[in-house]
Amino acid sequence: MTVKYTREHEWIRIEGDTATVGVTFYAQEQLGDVVFVELPDADTSADQGTEVAVVESVKAASDIYAPVTGTIVESNAELSNRPELVNEDPENDGWFFKIKITDTSELEDLLDEADYQAFIQEEL
Amino acid sequence: MTDLHSLVLESFHAEQGARFGPFAGYRMPIQYPLGVKGEHIHTRDAVGLFDVSHMGQLLIEGAGATKALERLVPASLQDMTRGQIRYSQLTLDNGGILDDLMLTRWDHESWRLVVNGACKFEDIRHLKTYLPAEVTIRYLDNYSLIAVQGPKARRILSELIPDARTLVFMRSLQTTWNDCDIVLSCCGYTGEDGYEISIAKQFVHELADALTDLAETTWVGLGARNSLRLETGLCLYGNDLTTDTTPIEADLLWSIQKRRRIDGGFLGAKIILKQITDGVSRKRVGIKPKDGKTPLREHTVLKNIAGDLVGEITSGGFGPTRRGPVAMGYVSQYLSALGTELVAEVRGKPLSCTVCDPIFIQQRYVRNLSC
Repeated sequence: MTVKYTREHEWIRIEGDTATVGVTFYAQEQLGDVVFVELPDADTSADQGTEVAVVESVKAASDIYAPVTGTIVESNAELSNRPELVNEDPENDGWFFKIKITDTSELEDLLDEADYQAFIQEEL
Repeated sequence: MTDLHSLVLESFHAEQGARFGPFAGYRMPIQYPLGVKGEHIHTRDAVGLFDVSHMGQLLIEGAGATKALERLVPASLQDMTRGQIRYSQLTLDNGGILDDLMLTRWDHESWRLVVNGACKFEDIRHLKTYLPAEVTIRYLDNYSLIAVQGPKARRILSELIPDARTLVFMRSLQTTWNDCDIVLSCCGYTGEDGYEISIAKQFVHELADALTDLAETTWVGLGARNSLRLETGLCLYGNDLTTDTTPIEADLLWSIQKRRRIDGGFLGAKIILKQITDGVSRKRVGIKPKDGKTPLREHTVLKNIAGDLVGEITSGGFGPTRRGPVAMGYVSQYLSALGTELVAEVRGKPLSCTVCDPIFIQQRYVRNLSC
């Protein structure tokens, strides 16, 4: 199992050809209190970098992008009732969706944990 | 960010952990470590402290000031007593709104105005254009403005400033704190009981320390200031009020006293009085999504059931006390009745909505003292 990150502050946990996607602890801090999450339906296909979900905080709405090209397998239904899970447990129970990866070579574009940590240090 | 003005208390707010953002030409605290939701709820439950020194404080005085000001606002000023505050708008010839403001009658021919930060210089130009030479306009830029808002504001602020105990909503007085002259006004923009304190800049740091030390106070940024005003149906200039909206379209008829609805005599009166008698083509209303969950943001397009464009959301988001979406916007008059069904277009998808009262949380002003 590998965990990768995007420059849009998503984490991607890869198991075989499926990836679970959520936002990072840093992202939820920046978002503030999450009040609503709009998730993609299963079987939706998405190209890498396209908007697939929306997370709304008290402040504003932010897009969540598909980190890789693929087909949505499942969305986290729990977030519909408890959007605050994104703040409380962003990297576990606050996951957004699972995506079946079309082309695993796209994973090479993503950051590993050390690179991501360096990336957010630059942003700060 | 380099051209932005700094608040006198900028380093104080930074020490409180504020995150800053640009607003009205100032670097303003947007939120503190408690977060927008926490700050909002704290203000509804206890006391929130707000540095709103970006707002423009003006003193207008001189022979004929009262009558001359009545040419610029639709509120009745002549019948106000000393220390009384009224909410009004600076109107334009087209009936549109240049800014909304609070006016305090300070003396027979002396008025204190508090105007929006983003509009203050335009307002001053407008006032200079229309007020006669005998009436002077002073921009009190050497004064800060601190708001103390919430159901416990009265009890808690009275420990520091005893006059707060007996001051009721929309009344103002001059008093002292720590041997320093202040103007204490019972008003605000959160829908809660509370005060605004005008104090000379050189003393504001001491006041901020004293307020911070009071029990149950917390600093609140512009994020929660926005959600607090939105939940209680209060308009934000630039979003809900503009030079293209009239006070009648904005559902602010209550702020135009009877004499002025009949006699007019203010900029745009011709159009505004006609709208009072004949009605308007569009009106400001509250909007809520039927799913009870999806926040509607500004510029969201509103359609009727047939799919015709009928309006737009002007302010919207999530109300932490309401625990759900809160929004206001303008719709065609024929669709403005409470309960009317509309369709909002959210990210390209239709979302069923209904027209509702824009006051999602009841305002809790203290208008008289019961004991």
